[in-house]
Amino acid sequence: MHIELKDIHKHYGPVRANNGVNLKVEAGTIFGILGENGAGKSTLMKILAGYIRKTSGQILLDGHVVDYTSPAIAARLGIGMLYQDPLDFPALSVLENFIIGQRRGLTQSNQSFCQKLQSLADELHFALRPDQVIRSLTIGERQQLEIIRLLALGINILVLDEPTTGISSLQKEVLFKALRQLATAGKIVILVSHKLEDVEQLCDNVTVLRRGKVTGNMQAPFDAQKLLKMMFGQIPSTPQCGRITPGKTALVMQGVSASGGRAGLEKCSIQFHQREVIGLAGLEGSGQGVFMRVAAGLKQPVQGKIHMYERDVTDQDYHVFKDYGGMYVPASRMEEGLIPSLTIAEHFALQVSGEFWVNWSKAMQKAEDSIVQFSIKGQKQTLVASLSGGNQQRLLLSFLPSNPKLLLLENPTRGLDVESGHWVWRHLQKYCRTDACIVFSSSELDEIMMVADRVLVFYNGRIIKDVPTCETSVEELGRAIAGKI
Amino acid sequence: MTRNTPQSHQPLKVLQNISITAATVFCFTFILIMASGAPPFKAFFYIFKGSLGSWVKLSHVIQAWVPLTLCACGLLYTFRIGLWNIGIEGQMIMGAVFSTAVLRLGTQSAFPWFVLILSFVAGVIGGGLWAVIAGFLKTRSGVNEIFAGLGLNFVAQGIILWLIFGPWKRPGVASMSGTEVFPTELWLGTIKSLRLAPVGVGFAVLAIITSAILLRYSSIGLRLRAIGSNSHASYLFGMKPNQYMLLAMLLAGGFAGLAGNLQVTGVYHRLLPAISSNYGYLALLVVMLADYKVWAVPAIAFFFACLNVGSIQLPMVLQVDSSLSGVIQGALVLATLALSGWRRFQTAN
Ligand SMILES: Nc1ncnc2c1ncn2[C@@H]1O[C@H](COP(=O)(O)OP(=O)(O)OP(=O)(O)O)[C@@H](O)[C@H]1O
Ligand SMILES: [Mg+2]
Repeated sequence: MHIELKDIHKHYGPVRANNGVNLKVEAGTIFGILGENGAGKSTLMKILAGYIRKTSGQILLDGHVVDYTSPAIAARLGIGMLYQDPLDFPALSVLENFIIGQRRGLTQSNQSFCQKLQSLADELHFALRPDQVIRSLTIGERQQLEIIRLLALGINILVLDEPTTGISSLQKEVLFKALRQLATAGKIVILVSHKLEDVEQLCDNVTVLRRGKVTGNMQAPFDAQKLLKMMFGQIPSTPQCGRITPGKTALVMQGVSASGGRAGLEKCSIQFHQREVIGLAGLEGSGQGVFMRVAAGLKQPVQGKIHMYERDVTDQDYHVFKDYGGMYVPASRMEEGLIPSLTIAEHFALQVSGEFWVNWSKAMQKAEDSIVQFSIKGQKQTLVASLSGGNQQRLLLSFLPSNPKLLLLENPTRGLDVESGHWVWRHLQKYCRTDACIVFSSSELDEIMMVADRVLVFYNGRIIKDVPTCETSVEELGRAIAGKI
Repeated sequence: MTRNTPQSHQPLKVLQNISITAATVFCFTFILIMASGAPPFKAFFYIFKGSLGSWVKLSHVIQAWVPLTLCACGLLYTFRIGLWNIGIEGQMIMGAVFSTAVLRLGTQSAFPWFVLILSFVAGVIGGGLWAVIAGFLKTRSGVNEIFAGLGLNFVAQGIILWLIFGPWKRPGVASMSGTEVFPTELWLGTIKSLRLAPVGVGFAVLAIITSAILLRYSSIGLRLRAIGSNSHASYLFGMKPNQYMLLAMLLAGGFAGLAGNLQVTGVYHRLLPAISSNYGYLALLVVMLADYKVWAVPAIAFFFACLNVGSIQLPMVLQVDSSLSGVIQGALVLATLALSGWRRFQTAN
């Protein structure tokens, strides 16, 4: 079995998301697709999975041209895709999600599906319980379920779009092991990523995309410098980590408890200062999310006191927090951060307009400036829903006020490629010099070690570690995240 | 996917869509009328003749067009913010009730025009109040606006019946034909021989213009759209979604209340149990068919008014069931929804 893409084009008006892409993948390989934000990776894979239609080009399966118009037909040909954001049904159980979309014989009972689910999960060493409700699963677990569901459909070509964003390092290990197992069994695995280390660890072969075109291919072992050059045209520089003396206290919490998430937040006491960058580490749902929402006034604590720049903000809402110079940037861009049916310009219009009239000229100007300054790949009139994941993130960051006092950022570089990630941090560090305090959560310990002055580790709703980054190591933090101190 | 700011504006494309819709609907109704045993072309002809066949008929059409347009304009605001204001019917009724209350007090007044103006205000307040109740139920207690609206429609219907058969009944007999007719000083002036009140038409035109301006150029319009698309994010952008929901309801209710007032002061000159003539529900269909675009509303409303007025005589001349016009209108909406779903599928690819 092999699959070949020939001269694939996908045009959105003037945008050439894919501009003549060729690639060929043989059975039993793990194939990497690398590229910077907006390079066209997701677009190419969605075409392969039948989710969107190509403008022109051919897809050949075992040398025969195949043409399909929906993911269901693609699945019948053996092609399945794990999307950048999981598409499951939160209110249903694992088993129910598994059964939906499976072809059901008359004689097949739930029992037989349950067995199938269990055996597939065991085979790949996924710890999934059929009766769990999807809502209570982590992104990593939802991903595992989706993989099993696709395999049960008879998928031979499995496409994964940035599967390692938002999952823990343990889940990543399990995932990679499973993918290797699938490749050994003769299936094709295609992994989309902008993280070099994922590709280096896992792939046999990689193709790099840039601005809709292939800029190079490489076989393992990889030369990281060469790959970076193919991705960005040059080797990106890393942000400098300037240690600055902290200033006034920016945020104080005393014995704050709150509900929400998997573990809630329990008796949390902290003190953050101006010019400090604080990284929040921990498995997803260990309390970092609740911590940020409580600090921002999006969630009211059940007990404890919160002060921001010496003002009591304990039961105030987010708008007060904002008035005092705070800003919260959520991790779920499309659900909470952006307004899908508005254009980039309209997002700025919302922010610059007066009480009565929309100030279009100012909004247009602001949009134009931000697109240039934040190198957003899109136009003023682009609907934000059609921006690539990384560009949505850049747009969100471009909304930060020019003189913030306290920034709460959830996974600010999620979905960003290395260059953009570094760029974002260079940008954020400017705020620090102008007396802001930055608090961010991240699933990447390396990122925290690189940019934070101080790190807090959350475990089961409690802060179990609070140290300056220069006095700890990735290994130590890794242990703390798992609850071992 | 790009779009011209402030709003999408491709008349040609929309025109094309409307013609496709019209063709689909035509075929569909053709079959429906055939099935009901009437000759289709004859039916279309009678609808045409019954609505645009004479100046008097046309004036009837415009009489229906005014409340339809007013309600539809109001609904644009609630649809923008993602609310299904089914309660528009009750809002119209309460507008009529409040207006009647003022007019009854003013029957002896030396300044009838002042009473009329007061009644406009009362109508707007009545409709607005009824809408804001549904809004509060939604924002405070999380009651779905569709259920709240339906419930309030029943209550409004109950109130109007109680008033007509109770406190406001005609001296002597209470009947379905409504309250006593007001003195002519309290009627809106009409064009001679046509029974058409220019003030009502003026209000409808004004409603279209203000809505177009508000929705396209004002911050309110943009914010309604933002909240309708993602209220979480809008809150993070500093907006207060609940307040805007109430505002949208208030605007919708206000327009509907004014429509209710015009039914009293301009058309029937008294309060009837069927004062709203179902124009509220019909306006929901108008807005959907207009694809939620302001500038398409007057035309679609006119079309519906023709259909409504033109099909009145169908049962008599063709011996078909009087529900046929309702069936045609329903078919229209189903066809539009199907087409818009299909279009969305197309753009997604
Ligand atoms: N529906 C659409 N309409 C218009 N442009 C689009 C649409 N979908 C994608 N694009 C554009 O196509 C380009 C490629 O997008 P794509 O999502 O494939 O990027 P990507 O490589 O997956 O990036 P990322 O790493 O940020 O997810 C981007 O410039 C994007 O703005
Ligand atoms: Mg992508």
